[in-house]
Formats: sequence, structure tokens, C-alpha cells
Amino acid sequence: MDSTSVVDVGRPAVRRGTLSQFLRGSLKGAEYTWAVAFVVPYIAVFVTFVAYPIVYGVWMGSEASLYRELFADPIYQTTVVNTVLYLALGVNVKMFLALLLSGFFMRPGWWTKLLLLIFVLPWAVPQVSTFVSIHWMLNGEWGFLNNALYKLFHIEGAHWLNDRWTALGAVIVSHIWKWTPFWTLILLAGRMAIPLEIRDTARVDGATGVRGFVYITFPLLANLYLICTLLSTVFLLGDFNTVYFVSGGGPANLTHVLGTLGIRNAFDIAQPRLGVAAVMSALPLVIPLVIVLMRKLRTAEVQL
Amino acid sequence: MSMLAVDAALASARAVTRAHRAVRVRRYLAATGTVALSVALVVWTLLPLYNMVLISLEPEGDVFTDHIWPRVVSVESFWGVLTQSHWYLEHFWRQFANSIYMGAMVTILTLVIGSLTSFSIGRMRIRHGWLVSNVALLTYVIPASFLAIPFYRIMQNYGMANNLWSVIAALVAFATPYAFFVLQEYGRSIPIEVDESARIDGASPLQVYLRIYLPLMAPALVAVGTYAMLLAWNEYLYQFLLLSSKSSMTVPVALAQFLSSDQSPWNYMMATAIIYALPPVAIYYAFRRRMTAGLTMGGVKG
Repeated sequence: MDSTSVVDVGRPAVRRGTLSQFLRGSLKGAEYTWAVAFVVPYIAVFVTFVAYPIVYGVWMGSEASLYRELFADPIYQTTVVNTVLYLALGVNVKMFLALLLSGFFMRPGWWTKLLLLIFVLPWAVPQVSTFVSIHWMLNGEWGFLNNALYKLFHIEGAHWLNDRWTALGAVIVSHIWKWTPFWTLILLAGRMAIPLEIRDTARVDGATGVRGFVYITFPLLANLYLICTLLSTVFLLGDFNTVYFVSGGGPANLTHVLGTLGIRNAFDIAQPRLGVAAVMSALPLVIPLVIVLMRKLRTAEVQL
Repeated sequence: MSMLAVDAALASARAVTRAHRAVRVRRYLAATGTVALSVALVVWTLLPLYNMVLISLEPEGDVFTDHIWPRVVSVESFWGVLTQSHWYLEHFWRQFANSIYMGAMVTILTLVIGSLTSFSIGRMRIRHGWLVSNVALLTYVIPASFLAIPFYRIMQNYGMANNLWSVIAALVAFATPYAFFVLQEYGRSIPIEVDESARIDGASPLQVYLRIYLPLMAPALVAVGTYAMLLAWNEYLYQFLLLSSKSSMTVPVALAQFLSSDQSPWNYMMATAIIYALPPVAIYYAFRRRMTAGLTMGGVKG
């Protein structure tokens, strides 16, 4: 007799749940109303300004004929190549540099701290300001870069933005310039979080320098590095500003990426559906990335 | 024999000095490497910023020259921006006010909506809160630029085009998820018993939120607010698409309009770019520590 009552008391939540219980959980009456009232603003914002545009976009880009037209467009074909190059080089070079530099900034001393303060400037200065400056800096005739190259080294610089490959290179380098500081800070925090005992023990065991990095630091940072790489891939895929301001998609539409091509199709040549189609054609890459990222970010307590 | 022993002794002594020298050389090389790397980093980092300053200090019409050091330092262009004296800049202060208004609204709304959501899910533990977390996560990983075209269409249909609030809405929608994650993560460090004891004392959920949750979360709120403000300040695409009249547009849109002209007044553009960059740089350096902590929490952990 006693035991049954104990069991009953022990699991009140498991008792036959009514629908209202299912919805409310352990919150009661007024408290539940408050809790709902507190989430409603976010849900409203999400439904109106994220979910609705997604549905609208899918509807706009749902005709198969759009994609036939899109794939036949030579500008689209170059854009795909550019996007792949931009992703492959932009993300990986930047992340690798950030990994190395985060190690450099682990050094003690005021000099390193001061250097770090300067180093994060590109990230703190607004994108439009810096990319406009880079655009003019790379001007073939009057740009600062060619002036400096000529005055200091007597080298005749190229017309960087008038050639597809140098223009695309300029975009990639600009991206690396702008975002390496951010990821360096993240990886630096990851390195700082490695307990001192681990590093000390490893040092006693002879794991210093490169060996310490390969056997101790990197394995501990690997998961963080992977998540950063994936996140950075998604962010870069949606990048608009770098290409738009540095190369403007030129010369002759040869340096677009999917983000800028979508806007160009929608607004410059006034074919919004074709613009949506350009963006939607990235879905085969976006969906797996998003699934992997959501799983990683949700389940894995990243070892920071 | 003895000759050999002496030779051996000499050789070992030489080996020792050689080893010493090797250590010294290596240390010297390491120091040189550090200095070289530091110099390279500084040059690399400052180059585009130096370019900005150099050109902004040019007097009018002297932009098309080839010098690489400022010859005549002229603040004419800064003065021109501040007094709106160039025809391109006739609405500068209006546009700057628009940028500030937009940044402030995005910051406030992101803080309010993000903290309310985080309170309901993290502290009150509303049922199915994980659904909302997933929705936020999804928003966080979808590139905002991919939704720009349908968003523009929708705003046109609602007659919201050329209205600052359409941009504010979009930016709040994209900034809130990150805010939510940082707040959730930070909230875990505050024991739930704090809330519970207040409730036992008869405080309503709203009172707990206002009097206990918000004050305790202040450091995370600073990080989130800074993030939202910087996001708004960095954004261009939505502002460009949605704001078209001279009096409703923000500074980045006006700045980009220079680019499309044949005779861009580069010194004025660079002065505008520098003035526009001052608030976020100041805010970043003021809240740097909190920002970095927040970034590593929410930006990576989720």
C-alpha cells in the first residue's frame, strides 16, 4: 500500500496527460500565460520576417523553366565557378591563418596585446567603409597600391579590377583581410580554454613547438575549428558586400558570386524570379550545411 | 695519443660553443621572425585604413595624384562633410541620424525580444521551448542576403518600402537568434533557485524578469547589445534595397551612391567613411572584453 502511494508521488508528471497538460508542462495558469506572452514577440518576428519570406521565395523560384534559363546563362556558369573558388580559398586560407595567428597571439607580453588591438581593427570598422577604400586603393591608375609599388619598388602594378582573376583574387583577399581577426579571436579563446595543466604536462613530456601543436593543441581545437569552418562557409555563401564593393561583380559580370548575382538579376535586369532562382540553386549546398551545423551546434557542447 | 685527446677535448669544446651559438642564433632568428611578423601584420592590417585617411586628407581636386604620404594635410573634406557643403552630402546629418536611429532601434528590440524569449525558455522552462531554439538556430545559419528579394517584394506589397522600420524589422529578425543563444548560455551560470525564491516571496514572472533576471544578465546584455548595434552598422544590402529617397536613406547607402558616379569625390567619400566608422570602433573598444566573451559563447557554442 505504502509503496503504491510512493510511486504515485514519485512520478506525477507521467500520469495520464491531458492536452492542456501536454501544452503547459509544469507551468500553471497565470504563469503559463506569462511564459507564452514572453515568447510571442520572437515567434511573431520569425513568422513575419523570416518564415514568410522563405515561403514567398520558394514560391517565386518554383518554376522549372526558370532553372533551365538560369543554367543556360553563361554569367551564371562563371558565377558558380567564382562561388566555389571564393568558398574554397576564402574560408580555408582565412581559417588556417586564424589558427596560426591565434597561436602567435598566445605569447605573453604587452607587445602582443597591443598588436592584437590593432589587428582587430578591420573587423571593428564597418564593411562599407573598408571595402570602398579597398576598391579605390586597387584602382589601376590612381590607386594607392600601384602608387606605392611604383614609388617603393619601381614595379608597375596591374589594373587589378579589370581582369577577372585579379579582381576575384582581390575580393578573396579582402574577405580574408576583413574576417581573419574575428576568427582569430574565437580560436584564441578556444586555445585559452585549454587547461594549463594539459599544456604543462605535454611540455614536460616533450611535446613542444610543432609537436605540441600536432598532438595536443590541434586535437583539442579540432571540433571548434570544424564548426568555425562550417559557420564561416555559410556566412561566406551569403556574402554580398565584399564582392559588391570591391569588384562590383565586374569586369563584365565575371566576378559575381551567387549572392550578388541574385540581386543583379532581380534589380539590374529586373527579373526577380531569376534572382531568386540563382539563390535557390545554392540549396543543394546550403541544406546539408545547415543540417550538419544545426546538429553540431545543438548537441555538441563545443570544447572551448 | 695525447694529441688525439687534446683534439677531442678541443672538438667537444668547439661543439659546446657551437651549440651555444646555435641556441643564440635560433633565439635571434625567433626574435627577428616575431618582429618581422609583427611589422607585416601591422602593415597588412592598416593598409586599407591608411588609404582611407590619406585620401580624406587631400584637398579638393588633388585626389588624382601619385604620392603615398600626405603632402598637404587638409581637413577640408571632413569640414565639407560636417557642414554638408558638397552637393553629394546635402543630407548627411539626416542620414547619419537615420543610421543612429536604426542602430538604436535594432539594439533595443533585439535586447527586449531576445531577453524575453530567453527568460521564457531558459528560466520559466516553457514546454516545447526547444522548438523555438531550433527555429532560432535555423535563422542563424540561413544567409540573410538569400531572403532579400522576397523580403523586398513583401515590403513593397505592404507599402513599407522606403521606410526605416522595414530595415529594422529585418535586422531584428536576424540579430535576435544570436542574442538568444548568448543569453541562454550566460543564463546557465545563474542558479534557478534565485528565481524560485523570488516567486515564493510572491513576485510575478514579470517582476522576476525585470528586477532579478535583467540586472543579473547585464554583462551578457551589453555583449548582445553591442553585437546588434555593430550588425546594423555593418549591414548594407537591406538598407540599399529598401531605402531609396535621400531623406530616408542611411549613411552606407549614400556612400555607395558616390561609387556609381563618374566623378566620385573620393576625398569626401573617405571622410564620410571615416566618420561613419568612428562610433562602432569606439563602441567596440569600450566593450571589447564583454564582446569577445559573448562571441565565443554564442557565436560558436549555440
